[in-house]
Amino acid sequence: MSIKEFRTAVEARGGLLVMKHTPAIAFGDRVRIEDHTGRIRNGQVIRSSEDEVLILVFEGVEDLDLENTWVRFLDAPIEIALSPELLGREFNGLGEPRDGRPPILSSLRRSVGGSAINPAARNYPREFIQTGVSTIDGLNSLVRGQKLPIFTGSGLPHNRLAAQIVRQAQLKNEDAAFSVVFAAMGVSYADAKFFRDEFASSGVLSNVVMFVNLADDPPVERLTLPRTALTAAEYLAYDLDRHVLVVMTDMTYYAEALREVATSKGDVPARKGYPGYLYSDLAEIYERCGRIHNRHGSITMMPVVSMPSDDITHPIPDLTGYITEGQIVLSRELDNQGIYPPVHISPSLSRLMKDGIGKDDTREDHPRVAAQLYALYARALETRNLASIIGADELSSHDRRYLTFADAFDRRFVGQGETEDRSIEATLDLAWELMSIFPKDVLTRVSEVEIGKYYHEVDESQVAAGSGGPSSGVTTAVQSYGGSQQKKRKSTSGAQPASTA
Amino acid sequence: MTETQRTGVVRDINGPIVTIELPGIRHGEQVKIGELGLFGEVISLKGDRAVVQTYESTDGVRPGEPAEGLGWPLSVELGPGLMGGIFDGVQRPLEKIALQSGDYIRRGIDVSVLDRERKWDFEPNPDLELGQAVSPGTVLGSVQETETVVHRIMVPPGIHGELEELAPAGAYDIEATIGRVRSGGRRSEDQGRGQSHRLRMYHRWPVRTPRPYLRRDDGVAPLITGQRVIDTFFPQLKGGKGAVPGPFGAGKTVVQQQIARWSNADIVIYVGCGERGNELVDVLETFPQLDDPYTGRKLMERTLLVANTSNMPVVAREASVYVGITMAEYYRDMGYDVVVLADSTSRWAEALREVSGRLGQMPVEEGYPAYLASRLAAVYERAGRVETHGAGSGSVTLIGAVSPPGGDFSEPVTSHTKDIIETFWALSKELADARHYPSIDWVTSFSGHVHTAAQWWHENVNSTWEDRRRAALALLARDAELSRIVNLVGPEALSSTQRWDLEGAALVKEGVLQQSALDEIDTFCSPEKQFALLDLALRIYDLGAELVKIGVPVQELQRLPLLSRTRRLKSLYSSEQLDEIRAFRSEVEKTLEELRQEYAKQEEQA
Repeated sequence: MSIKEFRTAVEARGGLLVMKHTPAIAFGDRVRIEDHTGRIRNGQVIRSSEDEVLILVFEGVEDLDLENTWVRFLDAPIEIALSPELLGREFNGLGEPRDGRPPILSSLRRSVGGSAINPAARNYPREFIQTGVSTIDGLNSLVRGQKLPIFTGSGLPHNRLAAQIVRQAQLKNEDAAFSVVFAAMGVSYADAKFFRDEFASSGVLSNVVMFVNLADDPPVERLTLPRTALTAAEYLAYDLDRHVLVVMTDMTYYAEALREVATSKGDVPARKGYPGYLYSDLAEIYERCGRIHNRHGSITMMPVVSMPSDDITHPIPDLTGYITEGQIVLSRELDNQGIYPPVHISPSLSRLMKDGIGKDDTREDHPRVAAQLYALYARALETRNLASIIGADELSSHDRRYLTFADAFDRRFVGQGETEDRSIEATLDLAWELMSIFPKDVLTRVSEVEIGKYYHEVDESQVAAGSGGPSSGVTTAVQSYGGSQQKKRKSTSGAQPASTA
Repeated sequence: MTETQRTGVVRDINGPIVTIELPGIRHGEQVKIGELGLFGEVISLKGDRAVVQTYESTDGVRPGEPAEGLGWPLSVELGPGLMGGIFDGVQRPLEKIALQSGDYIRRGIDVSVLDRERKWDFEPNPDLELGQAVSPGTVLGSVQETETVVHRIMVPPGIHGELEELAPAGAYDIEATIGRVRSGGRRSEDQGRGQSHRLRMYHRWPVRTPRPYLRRDDGVAPLITGQRVIDTFFPQLKGGKGAVPGPFGAGKTVVQQQIARWSNADIVIYVGCGERGNELVDVLETFPQLDDPYTGRKLMERTLLVANTSNMPVVAREASVYVGITMAEYYRDMGYDVVVLADSTSRWAEALREVSGRLGQMPVEEGYPAYLASRLAAVYERAGRVETHGAGSGSVTLIGAVSPPGGDFSEPVTSHTKDIIETFWALSKELADARHYPSIDWVTSFSGHVHTAAQWWHENVNSTWEDRRRAALALLARDAELSRIVNLVGPEALSSTQRWDLEGAALVKEGVLQQSALDEIDTFCSPEKQFALLDLALRIYDLGAELVKIGVPVQELQRLPLLSRTRRLKSLYSSEQLDEIRAFRSEVEKTLEELRQEYAKQEEQA
């Protein structure tokens, strides 16, 4: 059957091609399409019945005519060739080279569809990865085998943060074989170049496999790209025993491509036109990461999800949040104040943190310090909100401490340099220094023993200023700006992505 | 069920929805699709054609391949060997699958649910005599399934008659005959009149049919979960139905896992429905190590997991909830109190939506099919406390997590669920963001069981429970109102009494409502300790209010170190150290009394 070509197309629309009078074609098989100019396109069977076959054309149906289109059914699922040669290369969504070098030759080929990991074969992820970023390590720790997305908005420095994490991520006290699989869907040329340059300049390029589909490439190809990339990641992790970090950007473009195809297929839309199976579809991708019994490698995933109009309740970030083990949320307000990385800790979360930190993994006070910082910051934001209404002068001296804390926290704990690689000890010590703004009895989340060991009373103004912090004049300006933002937000909607000054 | 198997032909493949041509197939019947032998279920019929939803991915299936009708609806095997296991959404044992097909689940794999090799020590029921009339639910004997669970072997539903034979004590595998029953033939509904039925230790039951019971009873005792905000504020009864809605990151899974760990049920069935693989592994890895606080044995011995993670086939997800509930009803019929935790029912509803969408059914709200509400109601109605046929009373408590998109509680699944359930633990994003866990919001949550639970609390813990609970909730309501004022005009606008109200509410929130699942001591809190902590917080509030009335500044009270100590008390003393809590209470009373006298003296001098 694979030699036979068919010229029986009857319909072409929105990335789909309908064929009549074909023999029994297997669901999910790969298809090769040749148009009137001799150009070859790739496709996949997405519905198969006896009298009609529906084909998804990855390169789109632009310029096809129904008379002169030859379709060949390849009688095989979509596969990629796997070998250690993948490292350092760049491919498209179907695993074809994009870097002008020859294709990978290997007898090992795997279907990109993957199958579900048996939950009984999984290992619970519990090895702390130090990213050197305080807001992640200290408050939303990443562990090996976790999927932790970055929720972001257009124009926010998510790419810089992702690149910094790739550069700095290391397991405490261990140097293991480490690889990066980079999957870019619908990103701009400049963004792809940024990552390529980043990998080259930090010397990790020889450990990176890139799968790239740019903004002007056919969108349908984005549907296989993450699957192809993850098949490569699984090979690196479970066949070559490497610890793989998968960076996927941007999942929102993936979901939009899915919607585009679903609409032309005539699927019943659920929310905002996205098909009802968006959740299952995203889960098929995200759940491919993890750890497996008796396998040395692991897959850790860091997808970038941009929130359309900064709305965290939009279906894509919303469904992602229900599948991933937490999220790192970037805030426009922090970014506007020049704070990098602008991680807003309140809506950020790492679900797998609890087993990766503490006495044996990081430091014994870590879990309680994180809880304490969260509680203090939540109260501090309330106070900041209040101060913007009644004025900071009306606050009690106790409440004013919270303002000092909020400000010092944003600038010193959240803010750090793009090349600053903080150890977890440095992060926790900094946390104690900030907590020392308060008298001991306010710190009810940490134990008395820990207070005895780490708490040291300091002069409030000293902490607030920090090392080389801006003058207090700047601080006040920042506060009132943040306050007005808060107020505005409250009046519109409580469900908006939590934002702060 | 012994009908000859019939074979038809696959006509159309559309993702998990396959159309086959097979005359005479029944609605709901199990079908094996294609050369791979993928399992599926008939969901609609038209002429000779049947639409089948498959529990596995259909990649590689072509039109023209065979389809085989199996003759029975989706059913589960019920017998000894279930406890402690982990099954997928159609009750295939995942551990055995891992041994056979490795780390990934191969398609078309067919493994028996219960171990056919294993021998169980059967102990016949000494009260039974040959010739005696038996009916469904009559206990024939028992085997020790795990250290904590005695598995009662019962006459399966549908069999009435005379006991002809009962096996003596000894070791048998589940296929062995342990008894024979000759149908009496008096009753028209009996299967095969005058026929002799061979009874084994297991039988099969269709999951979409509720198992029969004698009569429905009212719930009487609360399900103690060891979680203060649940037990003390929004109690659930054994046999009740409840929901835990919350946006992502609000802590639904932790609440469910805490109930699985610490509730005083006999059996816990945890249905991971379309959720994260790593979270199930957490349960799998930690439960065998955790001790059951009531029996001292390992938690896994009374726990059973049904796992359909989000990346497993969507149709099996829809089935997983029924599979879990059917197994729960089976243990209920033995006279046990069973808790089913379904995490999450939204994923179940989405699976319904996905299938209905593929069938091109008319969507109503947000793409959900019109039958969403009735299906949800039917699932929740399978919970309840019942009089069983032969083992006294048993109960199934069903607690479903709901994951409303964007945390919007007005969406269809949450709102329909709210209409059916009796206990509603609403999780709040704001509380979770402030790391106030469990983030159960005391304003929007409710329990329809407070009055029944109160009888239990008054008898077993303290006769003032209902009053104290009400006082605490009233204080929290005042706090919510005052906080709004503070947000508008600042705390200075409040009177000192009102400011003390805020302080008192904070004490209840931090000292009682907040409870850390990660804290070794605080993760479980006995009813006695729950009451002691609540009573202490309210006592401090009451005494403080008197002091404020005679002119003691609120700031001075706030400075008292005993307040921060009260907040820490929950993780300082375990449920056994009630005496220490009482001693602290006397200490508090003494300190406040001294303060009162000091002020009274100052007043006199002035």
